[in-house]
Amino acid sequence: MSDRCFVSTRKGLFTLDRGASGWRVARAHFVGDNVTLTLHDPWSGDLVAALNHGHFGVKLHRSRDGGATWQEIAAPKYPEKPAGYVPKTPVEGTPVEWSLKLVWALEPGGAGEPGVIWCGTLPGGLFKSADSGDSWELNRPLWDDPLREQWFGGGADQPGIHSICVDPRDARHVKVGVSCGGVWTTRDGGNTWTITAKGMRAEFMPPDKQFEQNVQDPHLLAQCRSHPDVLWVQHHNGIFKSTDGAASWTELKGITPSAFGFPVAVHPADPDTAWFVPGTSDEKRFPVDGRVVVNRTRDGGRSFETITRGLPQEYSYDLVYRHALDVDETGNRLAMGSTTGSVWTSDDGGDSWQTVSSNLPPVYAVRFEKEN
Amino acid sequence: MPSVRFTRNIQRHVECPTREVNGATLREVLDAYFQGNEPARGYVLDDTGKLRKHMAAFIDGRQIDDRDRLSDGVPAAAVVDIVQSLSGG
Repeated sequence: MSDRCFVSTRKGLFTLDRGASGWRVARAHFVGDNVTLTLHDPWSGDLVAALNHGHFGVKLHRSRDGGATWQEIAAPKYPEKPAGYVPKTPVEGTPVEWSLKLVWALEPGGAGEPGVIWCGTLPGGLFKSADSGDSWELNRPLWDDPLREQWFGGGADQPGIHSICVDPRDARHVKVGVSCGGVWTTRDGGNTWTITAKGMRAEFMPPDKQFEQNVQDPHLLAQCRSHPDVLWVQHHNGIFKSTDGAASWTELKGITPSAFGFPVAVHPADPDTAWFVPGTSDEKRFPVDGRVVVNRTRDGGRSFETITRGLPQEYSYDLVYRHALDVDETGNRLAMGSTTGSVWTSDDGGDSWQTVSSNLPPVYAVRFEKEN
Repeated sequence: MPSVRFTRNIQRHVECPTREVNGATLREVLDAYFQGNEPARGYVLDDTGKLRKHMAAFIDGRQIDDRDRLSDGVPAAAVVDIVQSLSGG
């Protein structure tokens, strides 16, 4: 059971520790800086924090002593564009810059891959490090796929890879989620890729294009650790589930108060249990009726219960971003953080929630320190 | 030799003392500076080698014209200033 959680915010990285009296903010790092994501690598124990300095660009920092000290490491770097090559985005028609805009996903490799880290970026790059972040290499097979050039931005101006799922059974089997570009799968460590978003529906496209796989906007892709063929997606316009390793997807209907949201977390041992944080779709983006709730299914999506215990139920406008909900390796402890600086935790699988802080900076991501 | 000086805002991320370096264009001058301070390169230039979007460069008080190739000429006794573009109010 995890006793530590890392909260990445607009103004720093905050470490939560679980003591006898509950969770508390124990430490702060990079105070004043924009920390967009933090990885805890269970194999090495390393922490890797992604910072976006705006004026000065995107940087990565690594700690090998639990966050006491940090060193800047290499950031992913795009290759030079081939001479005369001018790709265009399909919507805006403007050239795609081969330049790092945001680190949007950081995930450790699998068992037997010490030092491997996968990194998803805007604009649409998937990078891999084999040396714990000392150097990075763009995955060219995915980058060079003609369909990749058709990806387009969802909430951002450019498309991006926000989800990376490494199959616990086989580290060569990796899935990525793209906004907007669906779900992609490799079974050979990234040498070949296949789009695997069949069954997803994009309400925001013209009717005859709504089921095209490469236009889908999964907000987050999550894989059950004990049943890796079961995957859940919180999509821009609904919730989708796959039980066949992303070969096909089924939309879950009739979800209240809303099927819109950003995050999803899946129980590591029970593929039928997943948590979501619904919001008002989609141009307004705040909790339905100003009430923060968590939606949980425990029967594979046939039904959802809306949990309110411990969460603010009036005049609350906390949006929970896609990386700002996490579950620990037991499935009992959860944490989530919001755009208005609230952080809540649950020690009972989401039945009830406790407020850790209501005064942190806007939260981008929460991640438990997990064992491998 | 031209001298290069940096905004104080960058100093908390990476130390950038004022230095004199050789070069006849801004590209040459900055390359010479960063050869002696490689960590600073990525704070001023993006990964395509262009001046970062929210950075500005002045040569003897004149804002440069070529932010991509950094081809502006730099006189031998010039002062090059690397600062942040004001943005956001």
